[in-house]
Amino acid sequence: MASQNDIAVSVENLSKAFKLPHERKNSLKEWAIHFKRPTYERLQALSNINIEVKRGEFFGVVGRNGSGKSTLLKIIAGIYQPTHGRVQVNGTLTPFIELGIGFNPELTGRENVFLNGAILGLTRKEIKSKYDEIVAFTELEKFMDQKLKNYSSGMQVRLAFSIAIQAHNDILLIDEVLAVGDAAFQRKCYEIFKTIKTQVDKTVIFISHDMGAIRDFCDRVILIENSKIISEGSADKVANDYIELFNKDALPQSDKQDKSRWGDSKATISSVRATINKTTIDVSYTVEAHGDITNPIFGIIIKDLNNLHVIDSNTKWKKLDTGELVSGQKIKVSWAIPNVLKSGRYRLTVAAAHEDGFGFYDWRENAATFDITRSEVAAGLLVLDDKITFKRYK
Amino acid sequence: MNTIKQFFKPSNRSLLRELVSSDFKLRYQGSVLGYLWSLLRPLMLFGVLYIVFTKVIKLGNDVPYYPSYLLLGLVLWTFFVEATTSGMNAITGRGDMVRKVSVPKYIIVLSTTASAFVNFCLNLLVVALFMTIGHVPFRENLLMAPLFIAELVVLALAVSFLLSALFVKFRDISHIWDVILQALFYATPILYPMTIVPHHIAKIISLNPLAQIIQDMRSIAITPGTTTTKQVFDSQLIGRGLPLLIIIVLGTLSVWYFRRSSKNFAEEL
Repeated sequence: MASQNDIAVSVENLSKAFKLPHERKNSLKEWAIHFKRPTYERLQALSNINIEVKRGEFFGVVGRNGSGKSTLLKIIAGIYQPTHGRVQVNGTLTPFIELGIGFNPELTGRENVFLNGAILGLTRKEIKSKYDEIVAFTELEKFMDQKLKNYSSGMQVRLAFSIAIQAHNDILLIDEVLAVGDAAFQRKCYEIFKTIKTQVDKTVIFISHDMGAIRDFCDRVILIENSKIISEGSADKVANDYIELFNKDALPQSDKQDKSRWGDSKATISSVRATINKTTIDVSYTVEAHGDITNPIFGIIIKDLNNLHVIDSNTKWKKLDTGELVSGQKIKVSWAIPNVLKSGRYRLTVAAAHEDGFGFYDWRENAATFDITRSEVAAGLLVLDDKITFKRYK
Repeated sequence: MNTIKQFFKPSNRSLLRELVSSDFKLRYQGSVLGYLWSLLRPLMLFGVLYIVFTKVIKLGNDVPYYPSYLLLGLVLWTFFVEATTSGMNAITGRGDMVRKVSVPKYIIVLSTTASAFVNFCLNLLVVALFMTIGHVPFRENLLMAPLFIAELVVLALAVSFLLSALFVKFRDISHIWDVILQALFYATPILYPMTIVPHHIAKIISLNPLAQIIQDMRSIAITPGTTTTKQVFDSQLIGRGLPLLIIIVLGTLSVWYFRRSSKNFAEEL
């Protein structure tokens, strides 16, 4: 039984419901005109959450978008009020939901350091004594007397982060601040995390979608789904449960999005399917000709969420002759692609083009979306069946 | 008691200081010219009113030291307007601070009044300059001025707390407040001497704490013959006590409402 002193944050039977008015009354006038009581939609953001975070623990919170993670963080931080239940915090606490709060573009870098520092709970004296350290960390010595509006966004993030890590707190609440910044910046963040992790008196509650970071840092993790904790335990176990969550509904959606589609419609594409198997990704679609066409090119593009073309393939590059299609004729085109992609969401674009490749019968941007989920850890784009061997020397 | 302790916490004091000083820097952009610009508005108003009331309507000619008398009234009024309008916008204007960190919200409102107060002090220097030019004699009574200024600050704060909390919920408060301010401007004896007002109306006007503060300030600083609210009611208790009571009641109500609704600011913004 842990003594009261060892518990940094305890959350008991916490529930939070948001009242979303059907019609938002934002003025006295509307209030006076509509006598009836406003009707609300209740949105249960959290229900019956119980957690105890020990002092010195690196505690992870994972879950899908909209599952209630950030609401939990905001309630622990005291920004939102719980509908039911109790939150107890032993120690000083600062939430990092966003970096650089209160930054003003018209003030200089130096002035912004003092302003932002004060917002994070530092006294003027403390900021003064840490000022040199903050500036050294940003590597922006020459720019401190420049107005913030002359900073690049990367520089602003660096400045904000440098102040944030100086905020002296026993408990840090971090909500995916790492999603911003370039690779070098993220590496720096992780370095900081490693040092924090070694400090026994620092407690961290960490929200992330990056299972790699969760596995690397967290001692204990909870998984929130539909406002409830559905899994709790070691980082490995919960990270696997999180991936399982996506496996369950990794149904490819097809024929749904028609938004970006163009072409001369002499042939149209329908029934776009993407089926994920263990070893292959099977993509198929049907083309119907509305006029006589000769040797059309059929192609697909698979993009990841960063719009990186992961796979581009078409009949022309494969030197395939597709022959003639008369009006009304249909053809089904199928691809079997080795499933070597890492976990994540991908978008499928399909097209049928003129023989010369300069015009399109039908181009359907992002015609389908599919998710790939696998249990093995992979950071790179591809997961190949690579063999690793050792040869040990004496 | 706890709130007072909270207020004197060094980090909260630092926050207040940074908010006020950054506001000051932004407003004046570190230049003297910036300050002159902000002074131009009340001075222009003063110039126009001075000409109207001494040359056209000739109300001010009976009042000794009328230029300083008028200017002091306008400066006190300007502070009230500035403090309450910026106070109203305090919470909504600092939305990121409310929604993403947990800073004490009253500090944000305090900072807007404090900013207006800094401006007010600078304006008082201009009044002092006018008093020197106008050969207004120094009287010991002037030492009471901080009391009335404190009363004015408390009044401005009380209104700011109420408006800032209401403005989160009702965005048309700003229009309503504009109208109320206009009405108040004429309901307060800023332009005209109280002597020209019929006695029964003067009694109503004198209930307004602003009227009491402005008239008292004028009587101790510039024109001892100013009709104060004390003289209107012929009683210290009613003339000064009643406006003070109004401020206390309003203040209590505002603080209560602000504390109650400040918990939900983050969700409502």
